[in-house]
Amino acid sequence: MSASTYTIVNLPDQATATMPKRHYINNEHGLLSWLFTADHKRIAMLYLMSITFFFFIGGAFAGLIRLELLTPQPDLVASDTYNKFFTMHGIVMIFLFLVPSVPATLGNFLIPIMLGAKDLAFPKINLLSWYLYMAGGMFTLAALVLGGVDTGWTFTTPLSTHYLNTHVVTAATAIFIAGFSSIFTGLNFIVTIHRMRAPGMTWFRMPLFVWANYAASVLMVLGTPVLAIAIVLVALERLIGIGVFDPTKGGDPLLFQHLFWFYSHPAVYIMILPGMGVISEVISTFSRKRVFGYTAVAFSSVAIAVFGFFVWAHHMFIMGVSNYSALVFSLLTMLVAVPSAIKIFNWAFTLQKGSITFETPMLYAFGFMGLFTIGGLTGVFLGSLGMDIHLTETYFIVAHFHFVMVGGMLMAFLAGIHFWWPKMTGRMYPESMSKLAAVVTFIGFNLTFLPQFILGYLGMPRRYHAYPQEYQVLNVLSTAGATVLGVGYLLPMLYLAWSLKYGEIAGDNPWQATGLEWQIQSPPLTENFTEIPVVDYEAYDYEWLANKTEHEVTTVG
Amino acid sequence: MANTIAAHHDAELHEEHEHVVLPQHRHHFETEEQQREAGSFGMWLFLLTEIMFFGGMFFAYLLYRNWYYPAFVAASNQLNVPEGTANTVILITSGFFMALGVWAAEVRKKGLLVVFLILTTIFGFAFLGVKADEYHEKWEKHHIPGASFDVKEFINPAAYGLHEEPLAPDMAQKTQVFFFLYFAMTGMHALHMIIGLALLFWLTWRAHKGDFSSGYVAPIENFGLYWHFVDIVWLFLFPLLYLINRHPL
Ligand code: HEM
Ligand SMILES: [Cu+2]
Repeated sequence: MSASTYTIVNLPDQATATMPKRHYINNEHGLLSWLFTADHKRIAMLYLMSITFFFFIGGAFAGLIRLELLTPQPDLVASDTYNKFFTMHGIVMIFLFLVPSVPATLGNFLIPIMLGAKDLAFPKINLLSWYLYMAGGMFTLAALVLGGVDTGWTFTTPLSTHYLNTHVVTAATAIFIAGFSSIFTGLNFIVTIHRMRAPGMTWFRMPLFVWANYAASVLMVLGTPVLAIAIVLVALERLIGIGVFDPTKGGDPLLFQHLFWFYSHPAVYIMILPGMGVISEVISTFSRKRVFGYTAVAFSSVAIAVFGFFVWAHHMFIMGVSNYSALVFSLLTMLVAVPSAIKIFNWAFTLQKGSITFETPMLYAFGFMGLFTIGGLTGVFLGSLGMDIHLTETYFIVAHFHFVMVGGMLMAFLAGIHFWWPKMTGRMYPESMSKLAAVVTFIGFNLTFLPQFILGYLGMPRRYHAYPQEYQVLNVLSTAGATVLGVGYLLPMLYLAWSLKYGEIAGDNPWQATGLEWQIQSPPLTENFTEIPVVDYEAYDYEWLANKTEHEVTTVG
Repeated sequence: MANTIAAHHDAELHEEHEHVVLPQHRHHFETEEQQREAGSFGMWLFLLTEIMFFGGMFFAYLLYRNWYYPAFVAASNQLNVPEGTANTVILITSGFFMALGVWAAEVRKKGLLVVFLILTTIFGFAFLGVKADEYHEKWEKHHIPGASFDVKEFINPAAYGLHEEPLAPDMAQKTQVFFFLYFAMTGMHALHMIIGLALLFWLTWRAHKGDFSSGYVAPIENFGLYWHFVDIVWLFLFPLLYLINRHPL
């Protein structure tokens, strides 16, 4: 046993900061050292690259969709091609971007460090997850190259099993495999959080980012297998064709709906919870305050996870569930809004009286709060029965879920990437450029999706490639917005790549933040900590920090 | 100031760990105990995902059983109960040997461990053999869902020498749903057996090399959990598919 102390908080010292000689990136060299790595940080970087790649594929399809919708006439592509466009867009964005984005990149990188551990509990399974993700991605691309899928990302039966003759089985295989990737990620996180915490890192000293990923992991572990089996049944039914889901043969399409949404509603929270975790970290750091109601925020993640499993049937209101159960599900749906609202209010209280600064991650966090709130409120509209029947399958839905997922999750993802970029790479991103990108993204986003609320309210249905003349103005606005938004997404790609070589050296703790990840060098060593730290302070203890500049911490080896 | 920690770390990088470590100890665990607990917790969680996975099919089965009750009763009467019973006994025996294997590993008896693993494997294969015979019988009776599925004997059982209630043609069609679920569920179970047998070969070989004779038994314990899980799934499948609500033939 050796014990040592070191200063836990560094003063801003960027001018003299130098890159550490050894870190996880230069620890080993060569492509193979990356492809066979078991280091959670390297795996996170592998994920970051592949997820970005798929995001731009999904984005390309969004562009094609919006291009077609520029004019009311069906002039760019035929309707079945259009169907393939939005299906590809949906599948790629949901399964290959949103679900893994924050957990697999930021979560992978940060969770062990935040807990004071040297790695995730199962490093090899972690690497396996990435390979499964890539295999899933390859099958998706194969489905695309072979001619595409046109079922929509929901694979609605019996449409997908009997009436559409496209590459459903290939796409189903893709999702099945990618599903195992997220099961293993979730499993790894849960075990790590339970078993690998450093001495003194109690549950209620864990950063809220860890709590959020914990809740999302529970959803991944419990929900994804149900999706897997639903997908297997679809594939089997297509191959053998016996009618489990085909009403003309005595099957019932509702069964598929139950199985599918049992996963896919919680999946919305798999997507959004880790993003909320990011926002908690960012808001606390840049208002220099402990997150107001830490415990409430932590438990609200768990509450969202639990409630999330009981509301799936709100996707089936128009599909013939009984009135009684529709009513129950409608009420339960409203209930899920409560823990989300708790988070929003607590963030607002944290900001109040905080000494706020407006670094780029904070701009994205504000974007998140605004857009997610709008998305969430419109969700409450949709959860109430009468409204849903009018608005469902219109562009109102499209706007709603893009506000939640793109306005929410993507903003959070970008906030997190900027926030931890210095830690991950050892370099700062260019600040004014990135602020510009954040603003462009926000404007582009609103220009794209606000018109769609109106379009939906006016009655423009989703999933059609032509529409009546009177909707054109709003559609042109939306397409223009999408172009601006596209620029907003491309910019970070470019300047972040640039910063890898030319960015200012970041130093260990550029934000003067309290988390364990900021107490080690940037970029970290392969083993994160040479000595496991002993944690003797609460998370986000900025008030205490304001009074002290140095804090002695004892570590044991 | 900013790099004091970095410099500090650099200097210590190559310092050796002071505590004694077993060869199987992974660097990122602080203690052997922590590693073992993490492994078994991970295994339990994985089995939970498996329960959810099979749960989806059980849900489908119960739902359809309710809707198409007569078809499900008639179709389940066509299953081979003696073979199913034999398989239940075989699988429980195999599970018993596996439990003995875990015990042998824990008391560090290498020879016994290898023997019990081999016995587990033999009974596992016996199970699959019987299953294959059952599948073959379904093939001969045209009970495999898909193109050549035949419902005639459910519509007119007497002509086939069966003492069953005849079913209306559209209800008889639903027997196909039963057989689909039968194959999906038992097939998925068999797939788990096949994966388990592959793992058994690997574990037997490692046991033979002496990997589990030093007190490091986590892989055997975790595999034991998996194998028992597969047993338990069968203990639900067997009554659900073969036994409940049969009427005398
Ligand atoms: C870059 C800006 C984006 C634009 C302009 C855009 C546009 C669209 C459009 C026009 C549709 C088709 C609506 C329909 O006819 O039903 C759609 C569907 C969809 N989008 Fe996006 N989208 C964008 C980004 C994203 C992102 C980032 C995600 C997820 C992270 C996403 C997820 C989805 C999903 C899940 C669907 C449903 C697909 C389906 O109906 O099968 N979108 N999007
Ligand atoms: Cu939902």
